[in-house]
Amino acid sequence: MLLRTAISRPEKFSMYWKETMRQMDDIGIGSIIIVSIIAIFIGAVTAVQFAYQLDGTLVPRWYIGYIVRDSTIIELAPTISCLVLAGKVGSNIAAEIGGMRQKEHIDAMEIMGVNTASYLILPKVIAGLVMIPILVCLAAFISILGGYLSSVVGGLITHEEYLRGLRSFFSDYNVLMMVIKSLVFAFILTSVSAYQGYYVKGGSIELGQASTRAVVYSDILILLADYVIALLLTQ
Amino acid sequence: MIRAVEIRKSFDETEVLKGISMNFEKGKTNLIIGRSGAGKTVLLKLLVGLMEPTQGEVWYGNDNFSEMEKKQRRAIRMEVGMLFQGSALFDSMTVEENVRFPLDMFTSMTRKEKQKQVDYCLERVELVGANKKFPSETSGGMQKRVGIARSIVLNPKYLFCDEPNSGLDPKTALLIDELIKRITYENEMTTIINTHDMNSVMEIGDNIALLYQGELAWQGNKSEVLNSDNKLLQDFIFASPFLQRLRDAALQNSK
Repeated sequence: MLLRTAISRPEKFSMYWKETMRQMDDIGIGSIIIVSIIAIFIGAVTAVQFAYQLDGTLVPRWYIGYIVRDSTIIELAPTISCLVLAGKVGSNIAAEIGGMRQKEHIDAMEIMGVNTASYLILPKVIAGLVMIPILVCLAAFISILGGYLSSVVGGLITHEEYLRGLRSFFSDYNVLMMVIKSLVFAFILTSVSAYQGYYVKGGSIELGQASTRAVVYSDILILLADYVIALLLTQ
Repeated sequence: MIRAVEIRKSFDETEVLKGISMNFEKGKTNLIIGRSGAGKTVLLKLLVGLMEPTQGEVWYGNDNFSEMEKKQRRAIRMEVGMLFQGSALFDSMTVEENVRFPLDMFTSMTRKEKQKQVDYCLERVELVGANKKFPSETSGGMQKRVGIARSIVLNPKYLFCDEPNSGLDPKTALLIDELIKRITYENEMTTIINTHDMNSVMEIGDNIALLYQGELAWQGNKSEVLNSDNKLLQDFIFASPFLQRLRDAALQNSK
């Protein structure tokens, strides 16, 4: 119901555009550092742990690059990044909209004739759908770089071996899968959080609870969607 | 003119408004007074459509607001301004941006025209020079005045004020009252003020309605307040012994 109201013709396109740009800056630029830090460690840990698993086996060590690349692209970059973004962006969206509800900002806009569901939610969902896939692509790239740093600079394999792994068995379908996952996760985390904020009632305790619910529900739905997408796209 | 016809509102088992019917006249300050919990805010929210009545109708002129679709209501709301108890200014915007927001959202005015209108409204509420301040940098009285400027920027026909004096010192409260009265008369607006401020009642009450436990207990104007023998009204307006002595002195003098 809320989404149906939110997806309607804007009263003034320029105002929605301005708000979408502001949200893109908040969600996208504001999350680059946290996503980069997480991504570099994901790649580094994956490389080190896979090297440990390869010890004493016949699997060639250049497989480290291949495993880091594919596990990052298919699963770790979209899922871990979006779980973290649900915490950062999701709680922020719920708190921002919920705070507006409590301070009567939403009522004030309603009385002016603004479609608040649309003006407050649609720009956030669009900004998420545009920026989160870009953040996930960035996370994948940095994660592969993290794998390189830990395995090559760390002395586990050579530069050539890592590159050979990276270049082996590449399927662009995996990249498509990553983008599809990030789009679905972006929609889940922005819309669930906006819903929790929009319908908040009561005072600061309820606002905190709504913010927590936004993160918990988003995380659960992201993991569930991850499983469903994996089933559908790998059959 | 706005008309409330047999308005009832219940929350679960509790009936908060019990069949309120009254008229709010054009070009006058219409006050809804009553103790906390009497149903004033609920009535105001029903009148502007932020809540739906359990029963009854709200009419704006000849239009039945209660039966309108959402889109039709938006058209009416373009003619409505509202001042909230907490001012409801957008924290991330400056005073000027707050006042300009309805213009940005609903008009195709040029930048220059908008600026002119914003400056005019800020001048009317005596806030010249405060354009670039953020709400957090202004006092409670200034925030109320910004709220008034924002609510009149689209030249509304109807102005709603929810406890405009709450949290203000008596002098500032008087200024806000004067401002609302002046804007109402000059713009020929239908103004509805929800208050429990005694001064407002005696200073700007063209039409006064007293709500008591969800019912309309008394209706009249400020000159009828002193002479009314309605016990609920007298208990509410002249609640303290000091005010009762003042009333008695005023009545003595008038004799």
